[in-house]
Amino acid sequence: MSVTFEAAAPKRSSLERRRVIISAIGWGLCGFAFLLVAVPLLDLVLTIVIKGASAFSITLFTTSSNGVKGGLLAAIVGTAVLSLGSLVFAVPIGVGAGLYLSEYGQNRLGSVIRFLSDTLTGMPSVVLGYFSYITMVIGFGWQFSALAGSITLAIMIVPYLARITELSLQRVPVAMREAAFALGAQERTVAFRVVLSAGLPGVITGVLLGLAISVGETAPLIYTAGWSNYVWNGKFIHQPIGYLTYVIWTFIDQPYKSAHALAFAAALLVMLVVLAINIGVRIVLRPKV
Amino acid sequence: MSLPDDPPASAVQIKRKRSRFELGLTGIALLIPIALFVIVLFLGQYAWQAIGFNGIRFIGTIDWSLGNLYMNPVVTRGYSVPLGANYGILAFIVGTLFSSFLALLFALPVAVGTAIFLAEAVPERLRPALSLLVELVAVVPSVVFGLWGIYVLAPLISHYIGPGITAVLGFIPFFNIHNSTGSGFGLLAAAIVLALMITPIIATTLYDALRQVPRELRESAVALGATRFEVVIKTMLPTVRVTLVGGVVLGLGRALGETMAVLMVSGGALNYLPKTLFTPISTMAAFILSQLDSALGDPTNMAVKSLAEIALVLFLITLAVNALARVIVRGATFVRNV
Repeated sequence: MSVTFEAAAPKRSSLERRRVIISAIGWGLCGFAFLLVAVPLLDLVLTIVIKGASAFSITLFTTSSNGVKGGLLAAIVGTAVLSLGSLVFAVPIGVGAGLYLSEYGQNRLGSVIRFLSDTLTGMPSVVLGYFSYITMVIGFGWQFSALAGSITLAIMIVPYLARITELSLQRVPVAMREAAFALGAQERTVAFRVVLSAGLPGVITGVLLGLAISVGETAPLIYTAGWSNYVWNGKFIHQPIGYLTYVIWTFIDQPYKSAHALAFAAALLVMLVVLAINIGVRIVLRPKV
Repeated sequence: MSLPDDPPASAVQIKRKRSRFELGLTGIALLIPIALFVIVLFLGQYAWQAIGFNGIRFIGTIDWSLGNLYMNPVVTRGYSVPLGANYGILAFIVGTLFSSFLALLFALPVAVGTAIFLAEAVPERLRPALSLLVELVAVVPSVVFGLWGIYVLAPLISHYIGPGITAVLGFIPFFNIHNSTGSGFGLLAAAIVLALMITPIIATTLYDALRQVPRELRESAVALGATRFEVVIKTMLPTVRVTLVGGVVLGLGRALGETMAVLMVSGGALNYLPKTLFTPISTMAAFILSQLDSALGDPTNMAVKSLAEIALVLFLITLAVNALARVIVRGATFVRNV
């Protein structure tokens, strides 16, 4: 049973020929599968860029909408407030938890927290939104508010942040910790000044990815942040707040061209933030990984 | 860790004392399990009355009706609720499972093909760009997928895909678009959008695993005269099948809980089961979101509490599915590393 390896071998048995043909078809199908993923994404991005960019104007950023037309000022401000607000809660907790998992979490408790954290990541965001609705909005009497929305988003981001922080801190060489301890540094000093500062790029990556998630979320906000046509007035509770993803969701259902244009403009803004963060993070990290 | 023969107790006083710093960090880290616990607790506590009132009818009937909200509530089965109220979610359970499994059916072959294509067929130089493209599909916000679904996918189904399927399989009522409204919003649209969202999850999980298959396996297969495609299909895929299953379950978890995109393209059905591929459906997640406004009109609060029960059930289902996925994926990596 001698098999020739040269692709250009003059004589091929019928079995060989069949195997080569099947392989070629297989590669073709794999390429087609890739196209099935890539083409919808490109179409989606293209559609949103074209439809969204045509709605861009100065007034889009300087006025607020009145339901069917106008600008997106209130929504842009609201998204910024909600997202940055969520980071205020999520960053200390997420980074702290990541620090614990990486420095002290090599035990039972650590693996339990790791496991539950991953599980929390997979929780449907609408369930979280409903939880926040019955606790913060109704229970605490905050009503639809920036605070309820921010905390809800923070609960979503914390597990991501904790795990990304842990992964990046674990890459910091043990020798650096040992050197710092040998110099007589306190645990706190080693954790913050040595480990955290060495792993900072990874932590920042996590924070940015968390920001991208919070900018793109809708479901957990609808019954926590509510919606408002007016620019945020600085109140954290008892005051609903607008955000871009709400515009996408509701304005596309309005029977007006101007409302559709606003929905696409909002989608373009959200996509710009999300794609910029995700592409940027991957390009910066790629050489190291 | 127990030592073979324990030294006398006085000799093992070296147990490290935990610093206040470590305890503080532990407290922060414990917030994550506490959050999970509190969510279950509050949802359960809030839904308690609904669980008692609904009983088995909750998952056994397809009739979701708020009852007569303009009359004084009547006492039914020991609870004060509007007359004629019934909270059955069978239609939404069916909608959720149907759309998710259909999405898996679409996503699995596409994800496997994509992963093989990226891992084996793409030149080294192009690989970062192309795998970035697949990863980016996973980060597109759900609501943007919904927008694309409304604007592009639903018309596409209504005008091309639907009639196409009908032309081939129309003799089966389930595949005939004329048995539905034909708007394009419905089961198929939801399943396609879901499939798009979970394909990158499965594909990247599989891609990472394929890249880690030991070189020796590949080389031995090539040495036996296998074509490169046969190496991938017959040698590499079997070694990563556990990871693949984990990725699929992970994708399923995402699909079951997905809200915005499904809400926007599913057509929002109420109280009937899907008869065709094109019939509007509703999923549990989408229903929670779309119905809170009207449920708030119920003065007895039983409707809102029943929504909390849906949230609780959905949470427990996704919790179980995700935990399963983590166990499978972790087990797979463990085996590979040893």
